[in-house]
Amino acid sequence: MTGVAVRSLVKAWGDTRAVDDVSFTVEKGSLAVLLGPSGCGKSTTLRMIAGLEDPTSGTVEIGGRDVAGLTGAARGVAMVFQSYALFPHLSVADNITFGLSVRKTPKPEMRERLDKVAELLGLKPLLARKPGQLSGGQQQRVALGRALIAEAPVCLLDEPLSNLDAKLRQNLRREIRALQQRLGITMIYVTHDQTEAMSMADRVILMRGGRIEQNARPSELYERPASLFAARFVGGSSMNLIHLDNDASGTRAVIAGQDEVAVLPRPGRGLVLGLRPEDIEIAGESGDRPAGHVIGTEADVEEIEYLGADALVTCRLDDHRLTARTRGTAAPSIGARVRIGWRESAMHIFDAESGWRLDPAGGERSRHAPHVNKDTHKERETST
Amino acid sequence: MATRTARRLNMHVQGWLLVLPAVVLLAAFTHVPVVETFIGSIFSTPQAGHPAHFIGIQRYGDMAADPIFWQALTNNLLYALITVPVSIGLALAMAIWVSGRIPGRALLRLAFFMPTILPMIAAANIWLFFYTPGYGLLDQVAHLFGFGSTNWLGDTSTALPSLMAVTIWKESGFFMIFFLAALQQVPPDLYEAARIENATRWQVFARITWPLVMPTTLFVAINALINAFRIVDQVIAMTGGGPNNATSLLLFYIYQVAFSFWDTGYAAALSTVLLIVLAVVALGQFFLLDRRIHYR
Repeated sequence: MTGVAVRSLVKAWGDTRAVDDVSFTVEKGSLAVLLGPSGCGKSTTLRMIAGLEDPTSGTVEIGGRDVAGLTGAARGVAMVFQSYALFPHLSVADNITFGLSVRKTPKPEMRERLDKVAELLGLKPLLARKPGQLSGGQQQRVALGRALIAEAPVCLLDEPLSNLDAKLRQNLRREIRALQQRLGITMIYVTHDQTEAMSMADRVILMRGGRIEQNARPSELYERPASLFAARFVGGSSMNLIHLDNDASGTRAVIAGQDEVAVLPRPGRGLVLGLRPEDIEIAGESGDRPAGHVIGTEADVEEIEYLGADALVTCRLDDHRLTARTRGTAAPSIGARVRIGWRESAMHIFDAESGWRLDPAGGERSRHAPHVNKDTHKERETST
Repeated sequence: MATRTARRLNMHVQGWLLVLPAVVLLAAFTHVPVVETFIGSIFSTPQAGHPAHFIGIQRYGDMAADPIFWQALTNNLLYALITVPVSIGLALAMAIWVSGRIPGRALLRLAFFMPTILPMIAAANIWLFFYTPGYGLLDQVAHLFGFGSTNWLGDTSTALPSLMAVTIWKESGFFMIFFLAALQQVPPDLYEAARIENATRWQVFARITWPLVMPTTLFVAINALINAFRIVDQVIAMTGGGPNNATSLLLFYIYQVAFSFWDTGYAAALSTVLLIVLAVVALGQFFLLDRRIHYR
């Protein structure tokens, strides 16, 4: 069942297209994250779903109904703003019940719902205070309460945690996700923080330059990034990207400037190999090749970033630098020559020019890039 | 022990030296004259051969029996009661209008602010022309619609309202600037949050805009009220207090008593009353409204 459906949404200001032909659906009761760097159009998309901004073209459907001409509550939508947008002159209770009182909900019902929401968010002792007397985290809860009390089927959140410190952000992240699942709300959540997206979302819609780059489950986004951009944007430490070239025979792909290790059984010019640090294993100084690893080579340890449980080991391989993630205690020493290796299945292959993912086996671009809408699909083929 | 006392004394001396210029100016031009005015009101007016002597509160008794004083006071209260809310209301309405995204808003803002730039005498003369019976602007318009001519400033029933109109015209543009600044301080997010809840325009105004511009409203109201009791130039330029004292306001009456009738003692007594009225107004507003105002 569909919670929210966005079809060919465009928002243009003059010649600039902030949102350019964006389509996606969010299933009822699920949490979708609009992820992307600033200026990618994610907030504008959210504002068009809220009805705060009119699309230049395209439609928004909520619960199967075209909601053009309606705003916010009338669309069945509640919203949490980045700045919280709490009314500074009203108490916490009045802030939360603002929407209800505007819609002339009877007093007893209002009190009952306020009770429920305050209980849910632990705001009971703060109801009489003014927003100015609350901490950032508490203000965030009030903003959330104001959105939840409406009991709207869809809740939109615009970078709700970006003004909080890291610890608080982590707690609230869990709390929001738990609430969303418990109450069965459809949530659309905008953020530029990939950790937030990966840890909360049922689906991540990655945007760039007003278009959808990839729309996938977090695990798919991580395991099969659809483009170089997605590969760079997602993941704790960024993916190693290595240019490939043809070997002497011109039939196999090798790491550019290195003729030893065949990476792919096909020409490699114009391709980029992506390897996540956690997929590269270091065999240790003994020189043993890690068991079961298909591809491997030797490299010099150049730099070690010790993180406690993990360590990021940067190795030099001719002109390339490769970062591998090892257990903190297993990190080799700087200057050591080590054997590194990775599984064939861990390799991501991209077209260097267009940036899109390719199927490692064939010359054609990957046909099974998951859940990409058809229009973007076409766009890709013409651009490659 | 002795050094500590000396140091503390030194600090006090320094502090007083720092505020000295301000204290001297304020005392010389405000506090001393106030006290002198009060003293002048309880002594007789000195004349050749008769030095001033103490007469107590006799003048205040005379004042209570002076019908022109009562008329001036009533006129003034009426003046304040009408011009203050009307000009605040207009100022806020204009500010809300020109703070929105409308074509030509810079021109509109300028147009609204224009009356403030004019000197009072110039404004009074423009309006004198508007009010002129027979060929004044108002009468010319009235003629178009088939009405007869009105002697706006010469009739006891229309003279005071005519003066009020000039004050409102001149002040609301000025107050608009304050409201405009206040409105721009309100975060646009708040309006969007209200839009999400489908609040009507009136609800947005009553629940968000109005409470948030309240500090400005208080500031403007106090200024407007004080101005209402300080008006004198406009009365002198337009009506001279007439007809039959219908436009006589407190300060104008004081001016008349002091500089036309040369009864400076009585003028001092009247001034004392005016000062008390103004002090009460200011105090009352601060204490009554302060509690209901949200300061950010």
